[in-house]
Amino acid sequence: MTQVAEKLQPWLAALDERPQGGPRWLQDLRDRGAARFASLGFPTTREEDWRFTSVAAIANSEFSAVPPAAAAMTEQDLAPFVYADAPHRLVLVNGRFAPELSRLNGLPKGVRFGSLAAAIHSESDAVARYFGQLADFGARSFTALNTAFAEDGAFVLIPDRLVLEAPLQLIFLSTNAPSFMSSPRTLVLAGERSQSRIVETYVGVPGQGYFTNAVTEIAVGEHAILDHYKVQEEAIDAFHIAAMHVHAARSATFSSHAFSLGSRLARNDIFTVLDGEGAECTLNGLYLADGERLVDTHTTIDHAKPHCPSHEVYKGILGGRARAIFNGKIIVRQDAQKTDAKQTNRALLLTDDATINTKPQLEIFADDVKCTHGAAIGQLDEDALFYLRSRGFTFAEARDMLIHAFAGEILDRVQVEPLRRALEAELYAQLAKDLAEVDAA
Amino acid sequence: MLDIKNLQVRAEDKEILKGIDLHVDAGEVHAIMGPNGSGKSTLARVLAGHPEYQVTAGEITYEGQDLLDMDPDERAREGVFMAFQYPVEIAGVNNAYFLKAAVNAKRKHLGQPELDAIEFMQLVREKAKLLEIDQQMLSRAVNEGFSGGEKKRNEIFQMALLEPKLSILDETDSGLDIDALKIVANGVNALRSPDRAIIVVTHYQRLLNYIVPDYVHVLSAGRIVKSGGKELALELEEKGYGWIETGAEPVRA
Repeated sequence: MTQVAEKLQPWLAALDERPQGGPRWLQDLRDRGAARFASLGFPTTREEDWRFTSVAAIANSEFSAVPPAAAAMTEQDLAPFVYADAPHRLVLVNGRFAPELSRLNGLPKGVRFGSLAAAIHSESDAVARYFGQLADFGARSFTALNTAFAEDGAFVLIPDRLVLEAPLQLIFLSTNAPSFMSSPRTLVLAGERSQSRIVETYVGVPGQGYFTNAVTEIAVGEHAILDHYKVQEEAIDAFHIAAMHVHAARSATFSSHAFSLGSRLARNDIFTVLDGEGAECTLNGLYLADGERLVDTHTTIDHAKPHCPSHEVYKGILGGRARAIFNGKIIVRQDAQKTDAKQTNRALLLTDDATINTKPQLEIFADDVKCTHGAAIGQLDEDALFYLRSRGFTFAEARDMLIHAFAGEILDRVQVEPLRRALEAELYAQLAKDLAEVDAA
Repeated sequence: MLDIKNLQVRAEDKEILKGIDLHVDAGEVHAIMGPNGSGKSTLARVLAGHPEYQVTAGEITYEGQDLLDMDPDERAREGVFMAFQYPVEIAGVNNAYFLKAAVNAKRKHLGQPELDAIEFMQLVREKAKLLEIDQQMLSRAVNEGFSGGEKKRNEIFQMALLEPKLSILDETDSGLDIDALKIVANGVNALRSPDRAIIVVTHYQRLLNYIVPDYVHVLSAGRIVKSGGKELALELEEKGYGWIETGAEPVRA
């Protein structure tokens, strides 16, 4: 324990460097976050939620808590990361708003899309009302840490009844500046009966092993429809810890599509509260890891009100000695009769050394509900391989076809076509490399 | 075309085929009949190269080549085709895409130009009519959610597209009603030609009313115990397999 405490010292010292300024409520929130982190410390593998994921590599590293100002970046530097060919994009470099790279004009009246730091001043009422309300850090070290350093990020407000055709892209880019921690914060408010699509992309340059500790809060208003895409393609030596908290009001429809392809240690937590009758959520996910990498997904769907359906499909592909964790919690509150929850988790292991720990976790307090869950882990289906080979496809062709089909089920649900193509290209390129390693072994 | 000599096969330490000899020439249709567990499906699957079986003795020559030395996909590209008893569902792989890729994999192997989308659709239209394959079956994933009859028709549809030299039908009639059986048989008969051969593996004589064989072989306990012309199938239908297995004429009641 003393060792742990010692390790925490530099972090506690860094807390003193946390941003100051801004409105009183924000300063208070940061102070509470800092105090909470100081008392929680980093999670250990003795905690159920972190049983298979050691964050010692983060705790033991020294990150500068104040992200370095990035050298001027050009459109060209950014080009490989702009997927959605979204006309509207907000770019943050090392956690700070980069106006020269962002495209914020030309949005319909009433839409707010910009840096959080600016919105804290210009939209202070809306921000103050929601900020920190969903991302509870009482028992969550990383969220407390993020809150202590909350300063900039993204703010999106879709006014009531507005249908936004073009997706909004948020790009969080990290450079290879000496290792630093960034604490981006995103707040999305989707008004009643609005309809919109948001793409959150995390990318970075390898070299120094930066650490992204992101928190996203999303409030989906009554009858609103929000499709959220998260693309985690951080640098291969980076750490990525992220929590997304979603509140869905009556008859809201929220979809999450999470793609986790990068970073050496990625942890994605998604908390969705279906807090009004008829609210619906869909959580789709696809993760790929190889080498010594670890990817950990924890999702919670909280059915708080009656008649809420939820659908969840997560798929993983693991090569090398990669490890994955999938924990899908479904809570059905006493009030939430007629809940219909479906959860599926499937993982494909390309090597004998890749491992996954998967656990469905159902907490059901209502009696008239339908909850199903299933997990399937394994190698490619031998019968399917033989069937394809018997039609003239080589082993490698048959295998590729089956793996692409496996990933395709999730990729095909991406409704932003250029994003889907980019994800597919990135995924296939990584797979080709992983399979070449398997063949060489 | 096909020469099987003293073929002995095991699966998981169980001896299944105990010395099969079979000669099939181009233009011929051979029926392999036999009771359940006689090894007839094993024979079909060994010809297709299923990895679950170990050939412990014997040889198979196909078009002058050592068939056992060829991978399953190599056999397919060289013109061997097995219609599966239980066609496999391939989730996420579109049937039309799969068929086009299979046709082109073979054409590439044979040094023929690959078909483009339009040429392929022309070919599909021509063959689909024969097997009553509708657009819906093409746009779904391979065999996924297909009825038993649709799966079998899809197998013969693949056979029609790939135009194999040697086709092996593994209990294609099982689970088919009479209408589906006729459709499947029509599809198979359309492929009969002097330069192709077909091996029909079946438990029942019924299919052979529509795909009339030149030769009938009866497999029992891993051996061919009787061979004859098409009339042998009718005899089996009438008397059952018992008289062959025991070697005695059944007693008529």
